[in-house]
Amino acid sequence: MRPYTVALAGNPNTGKSTLFNTLTGLRQHTGNWAGKTVVSAEGEFIHEDTAFRMIDLPGTYSLYSNSADEEVARDYIIFEQPDVTIVVLDATSLERNLNLALQVLEMTSRVVVCINLMDEAKKLGIRVDTDQIERQLGVPVVAVSARNKTGIDTLLDKVAEIASGSHVPKPVPVIYNDDIEKKIAQLEPLIRQTLGDRFPARWVALRLLDEDESLISSLRAKLHEQPATEQKEEIRYGRTACH
Amino acid sequence: MDAPLATNTADPLDSLLGAARTISHGAPIRDELVSDIYSRSRQICKLAVQYEDKKKLQSTYKLDKILTSKIWGYPIMFAILGVVFWITITGANVPSGWIADFFGVIEGYLTAGFQAVHAPAWLHGVLVLGFFRGTAWVISVMLPPMAIFFPVFALLENFGYLPRVAFNMDRLFKKSGGHGKQALTMSMGFGCNAAAILSTRIIESPRERMLAILTNNFVPCNGRWPTLILLSSLFMAAGVGAGLHSLATAGVVMGMVLFGIIVTLTVSWVLSKTALRGVPTHYTLELPPYRRPQIWKTILLSSRDKSLNVLTRAVVVAAPAGVITWILGNIFIGGDSILAHMAGFFEPFGHMIGLDGYIIMAFLLGLPANEIVLPILLMGYMSSGAMVDADGLDNIKDIFLQHGWTWLTALNMMLFSLLHYPCGTTLFNIYKETKSVKWTVLSAVIPLGIAIAVTFIVAQTARWLGWV
Repeated sequence: MRPYTVALAGNPNTGKSTLFNTLTGLRQHTGNWAGKTVVSAEGEFIHEDTAFRMIDLPGTYSLYSNSADEEVARDYIIFEQPDVTIVVLDATSLERNLNLALQVLEMTSRVVVCINLMDEAKKLGIRVDTDQIERQLGVPVVAVSARNKTGIDTLLDKVAEIASGSHVPKPVPVIYNDDIEKKIAQLEPLIRQTLGDRFPARWVALRLLDEDESLISSLRAKLHEQPATEQKEEIRYGRTACH
Repeated sequence: MDAPLATNTADPLDSLLGAARTISHGAPIRDELVSDIYSRSRQICKLAVQYEDKKKLQSTYKLDKILTSKIWGYPIMFAILGVVFWITITGANVPSGWIADFFGVIEGYLTAGFQAVHAPAWLHGVLVLGFFRGTAWVISVMLPPMAIFFPVFALLENFGYLPRVAFNMDRLFKKSGGHGKQALTMSMGFGCNAAAILSTRIIESPRERMLAILTNNFVPCNGRWPTLILLSSLFMAAGVGAGLHSLATAGVVMGMVLFGIIVTLTVSWVLSKTALRGVPTHYTLELPPYRRPQIWKTILLSSRDKSLNVLTRAVVVAAPAGVITWILGNIFIGGDSILAHMAGFFEPFGHMIGLDGYIIMAFLLGLPANEIVLPILLMGYMSSGAMVDADGLDNIKDIFLQHGWTWLTALNMMLFSLLHYPCGTTLFNIYKETKSVKWTVLSAVIPLGIAIAVTFIVAQTARWLGWV
């Protein structure tokens, strides 16, 4: 059986690469600055006899195609459609981080939210009610510390449940103002008619209303090429992209 | 713009887009989207996050008051940089000597072995004097400084200091028309320009990203550190007493780095006033909390990922280069070796910019990797008659002196190394990232032009003033 694919998304410097290393056992150099991972890295791991292939996406603040990085992350989630997307959030600045989680939830429901850096949050006196966040988002939320390797097993259990389809989350959508909601309602049926269920209609509607040129051209390329023969850039381990 | 809601046009996407435009009446909705998403985040956080003590949150940023302060920011930055260089230079000196001695002994055995089986002289020449010696050079000169510099740099990076450097230098880059994050990509260039070119992806605006790409090679990468360190140690700090020697060397290397940064800013400024005109964009630079690096893990990882890789690459390129240099130096046409003919050809130009024909040739042959410029130069010199048994750092200086080197030659070689075109791998990455032959060529030609101009001015001035 082909391994399940798991994508790691999240804001820059939330410890995605550290989590990636912890899970895959690979040893990629991590740094403490925003933007350290510029190309997506891949690795594999096994959890309870199930194989997973993990992709470490570049860290982004949004998925509104402001930069090449954001396009890479967005295209992966929309076109490659990983079995599970883990959104890594920094427990010490949840408010800003949640924006990205909400955006990812508009693109796919197969999401596990992973709140990382819990140890640091505890030190700073921040208490996070993960159950409450789970209720608010409608997808599993797991608190971990990738560095101290706590919470990893719970995270993987949730990932496995969603990958196998034994748990189908129902994300709570962000409700926009009436004006935008009305426009979405008008556009959504047209999108379903044209594109079918291949892409999340509500999200495509939002992107079209936002006139996201970069998404439109990606979409166009995707619709024309049909069988995907997309070139992917990846880093092989043990050898960096440089010298 | 008006478009029919649904038509049977060839591209269904166009009709969808048309429909979207009709529905939205051309009013941009990005701001509303973002503000709704933000208020939802805030709402969730209000329900789920509690702060015991707001003051505690600020404590991690206390250090920033000093490290990014207007008064102390720069002095601390230079002090840290200086200490890193000093540790690298002092620490690398002794093991470099050991490794060179070790290879010298091995070479002796190899030579004895070749003589014992009566191997032909050319075979010994190609394999031992070319292949083995070239490789040994690279390892003994490059391994120790890299094994110290990379882990120290990685520790600083994991601690969270790099974004503070970017924060400090932001104003300078803004003034020169670039992007504040250019300071980050520049810092990556200290490790490897080719990797730094990839890291420019964090800069959103294409114009500012191009500035960062075009100026990246003005900071020395790991392939050029050994050249800078070795030459400043042998020539620039020569008159200084033993105790202060490594301090003086670190000072000279630091001066080179500062000069490189000044050139980076100047070129950015000129380009942003000419070919890449535009207003700097706004951006958020995140200052992450300081985190205590996992010291051993960082050291081991950076040694494996960086030092070993760079060394492997250097050896892979240096070994054949050693063979080629030996062959060129030992095939004689009309009394002189091919190498000498080639060096002779470049000699007038080399002299004009304070270098010589061999140095120019070493830089040309060193295009694939900056690491091999110095080994090629030494092999070139050694094959051209003056057969010195170069197994110590002092002997290297003798070789240079025999070929008429002065402090000016050393200085200009350092300047040329700092400023000249990036290595082949970097150029290839620039092409991959920009998809433009024009910009790739420019990213080699601009630095080369600057390198020639600067060394020319320095050489002519020094000679005119009668300093050499």
